[in-house]
Amino acid sequence: MTEHAAPAPLGGRLFTPFARVLTAFVVILVAILAVRFVRGIGAVTNLNDGYPWGLWIAWDVVIGSALGASGFTVAFTAYILNRGKYHPMVRPALLTALFGYMMAGASVFFDIGRYWDFWHIFSPKYMQVNSVLFEVALCIMSYTVVLALEASPMVFERLGMKKLHAKFNKLLFVFVAIGVLLPTMHQSSLGSMLMVFGPQIDPLYQTKLLPVLFLTSTIGMGLAAVTVEGSLTSLALGRAFERDLIGGLVKIGRVLGLVFIVVRFGDLAWRGVLPLVVQPRLLTVMFWLETALFAAPLVLLAGRNVRRPSRMFVAACSLAVAGILYRIDAYLVAYNTGAGWTYFPSMGELMVTIGLIAFEILAFMIAIKVLPVLPAERGKHHG
Amino acid sequence: MMDRRKALTVIGAGCGAAVASSCVGTAEARAIKQMPPKALGLLYDGTLCVGCNACVSACKQANDMPPEGSNPLYDQPVDISGKTLNVIKAYRSGMATKKDQVVDGFAFTKMSCLHCLDPSCVSACPVSAMTKDPQTGIVKYSVDACIGCRYCVAACPFGVPRFTYDTPDPKISKCQLCQHRLVEGKYAACAEVCPTGATLFGPVEELKKEIARRKALPPGTKTTFPRGRIGGNDQYEGTIGTYVEHVYGEREIGGTQVLHLSGVPFELLDKPALPDVAPARISESVQHAIYNKLIAPIGFLGVLGALAWKHMRGKDEDGGEK
Repeated sequence: MTEHAAPAPLGGRLFTPFARVLTAFVVILVAILAVRFVRGIGAVTNLNDGYPWGLWIAWDVVIGSALGASGFTVAFTAYILNRGKYHPMVRPALLTALFGYMMAGASVFFDIGRYWDFWHIFSPKYMQVNSVLFEVALCIMSYTVVLALEASPMVFERLGMKKLHAKFNKLLFVFVAIGVLLPTMHQSSLGSMLMVFGPQIDPLYQTKLLPVLFLTSTIGMGLAAVTVEGSLTSLALGRAFERDLIGGLVKIGRVLGLVFIVVRFGDLAWRGVLPLVVQPRLLTVMFWLETALFAAPLVLLAGRNVRRPSRMFVAACSLAVAGILYRIDAYLVAYNTGAGWTYFPSMGELMVTIGLIAFEILAFMIAIKVLPVLPAERGKHHG
Repeated sequence: MMDRRKALTVIGAGCGAAVASSCVGTAEARAIKQMPPKALGLLYDGTLCVGCNACVSACKQANDMPPEGSNPLYDQPVDISGKTLNVIKAYRSGMATKKDQVVDGFAFTKMSCLHCLDPSCVSACPVSAMTKDPQTGIVKYSVDACIGCRYCVAACPFGVPRFTYDTPDPKISKCQLCQHRLVEGKYAACAEVCPTGATLFGPVEELKKEIARRKALPPGTKTTFPRGRIGGNDQYEGTIGTYVEHVYGEREIGGTQVLHLSGVPFELLDKPALPDVAPARISESVQHAIYNKLIAPIGFLGVLGALAWKHMRGKDEDGGEK
């Protein structure tokens, strides 16, 4: 077992100037939501019957939760594959995932028109098991609870609840296993959700392998999110770059990028629609941009460059942006309900999304100061 | 490198299960949905339509729908919406001198729910707010079940379900074939008021026979057209138009209960070209294959649980020995 320092709260001032800026964005979010709840979704969004789903679903839910896959990716690496050296990354990753999923859930609540009946999804009287959205909703809800349970030892530890903590640790393996299973289910299903759209999704993106493509890119996005977060945290706290930890994650991410490209092109060829990749139109440009971003880590980390922190950071960003673009393209750019419909997020939609991100960063910043999330003086042991 | 082997095993098991079940899913696709025993529907014959919009107005009254604009005395919807369930749309070319002519002509089409045999909206809805009546096949909506997620709006390839975005108490709007009037012994208001029988209500089997009869007659033949509902007393003498071969709704995404005849190609009428196979069938086949009796997820959970238990036994969650 790799030796590493026990996690400890960082302490320090909670309401820094940066935190105040973030709080301002959260206040704007609340103001916009007040209008939304009093006057309806149309009052603050550009949604229409041609694009009934917009930024709040494509970004907050589909992309937000995929970046939140950092939790499951790291838990998988550390516990299922028994890579002990990744343990210091588990807590920050779980916390990011928890906040990410809570924000995705909040976003759904703002987005659905009849939010007061939200519980219908979980009621046997109403649930509709053929609906991919039913599976996604149930699974995301359960996973958020599992994430909260996985994160609870941080609170037990902080409050000195040793007995409960010890008992809980005996059961933790169950939550870890479920915590890996559930995201594989709903992250692949977020791709399957598009299958019922049929020919409304361009054949360049519509395929029975959507679940495979979404899952593969999710894992890449999760690894990338941890890498970016880890790099930024060490930079912000003046700690040494976790070269071993981050390098390992990026190397796995690099392989997943390759797998994504191989599956995607194989599928296009198998369906006989390969000529679409040279059809001159916006979607083709987006397709190649994604492909380039998925492939970039292979080039960036070739040979001796694999050990360079800056390369690792850029490679991780590339993977994350690749997954983000793929989701925006699949959900919005490749989606066509007929002539005459257009959609671009309104200022209100943008500010709600920015407000949610601000809230996540704020919550994370406070959490690492009051809870044992990051290892104390991690820099002395690594790098 | 035990770790790498383990990683490959676990990832391989997961992906293998997913891919294998997807392949099985393709082989054992969900059954094709058949026409319900007492299927009801509409026949819209564009060659008979005069574009009077009586059906649009009657639909609003029968379903208690608000006007599009602020003027309740003169409402002229151009498309279906959260406030409008049925419209007549026009195709026009050049001088628009002759009906049902592609160049320099014009034509009409009806836009309303087609009541699919295998509806995407029903498959998409997570809370059973969209249902297909097992007897009549009418695709119904229940506002009491609906959570307003709009997956149905996004899923329908015909662009039919619409949403009221401008209210804090929104709902989905779609034609339900005047099911509330059926129990009163009446039928679809749009068909009831149609002066030319262009919109005709009736059992789908009867409507299909009527389509076959009309298409078998040479253009220009004098014949009797039923008005309102098929098999009723109201009928009149008219002339058979020139039809395009395609009967819209006969095969589109597995077939629909509202069928369209036209004098001009359907692509000119904003009717999307769709495959015969229902997207709902593809989606449900893949989903059922992956989640068949939850075997794959439970098996995967078993592998994960065993590995997690093995690696975490006697350690705290941070991996330290006790």
